[in-house]
Amino acid sequence: MRTDAGFTIIDDWHVTDTSDEQAAALTTRAAAAGRPVAVDLEARAAYLGTPASERARQLASLVAPDFTLPDLQGRRHSLADHQGAKVFLVAYGSW
Amino acid sequence: MITVALDTSADDARPWIEAAAPAHPSLIDTRHVLADLYNMVNVPTVVWIDERGRIVRPNDVAFGTDTFRHITRIEAAQHLGRLRAWVRGEMAVLAEERVRALQSLPTAADQQARAEFALGQWLTERGRPAAAARHFVRAGELAPHDFTIRRGTMPIRGIDPMGPQFRAMLSEWTGAGRPYYRPLPE
Repeated sequence: MRTDAGFTIIDDWHVTDTSDEQAAALTTRAAAAGRPVAVDLEARAAYLGTPASERARQLASLVAPDFTLPDLQGRRHSLADHQGAKVFLVAYGSW
Repeated sequence: MITVALDTSADDARPWIEAAAPAHPSLIDTRHVLADLYNMVNVPTVVWIDERGRIVRPNDVAFGTDTFRHITRIEAAQHLGRLRAWVRGEMAVLAEERVRALQSLPTAADQQARAEFALGQWLTERGRPAAAARHFVRAGELAPHDFTIRRGTMPIRGIDPMGPQFRAMLSEWTGAGRPYYRPLPE
């Protein structure tokens, strides 16, 4: 089996280049833990996501999940910066 | 107020943000991190979060104006009135049990779709559009109600998100009695 080409694992947007064997182990372990795994064998990459149960537990707790995202100038903003103020959160798209 | 553009390319959101020149944080979420965290499946989606960082009104559909009311059949005034009253402290918020009852929680298929979307977006960032499209399409098959994926990835797949492919998708969806927008019942 070829191992020199390597395989990329993207674990919740953290990117690691690894060996085929290590990638197989990581994806198997993630799937066994109930995580969604998306694989592209041609591109030699896999994405490990977050299980529905974890998302559901967080949302049902009613604690608003924190996030950090950039504005057009690249400045990063977090929901946590707004503790103490009411926040009207709006998601939209140009589409 | 925080606004977040669920656009797969920052350049798609740029003209709208520059024209509005907002004073509030106006953020770009090309990887749909917010949609994943909050189980958002369409836009616009609004959430009310109180001073303690708690969700007091879950994902809802609201528009700032009546520009598209003839299509959406959702009036801006009702939500705006409620929002003003909440901000001024003139309105009792929903009981926590009611908030939970109004929430829509993700399924395993939703999260598999989001993993496929994320892999597609990563491939897009790496300049692999053909590989990316496979995962965007697969994501849409897994979560056909998720228009942040099905419609939101149209521009990056070279499809007009207001064009014939969108209209065909919409009529197929609504023709089966499923609403495109799902505002909260109260």
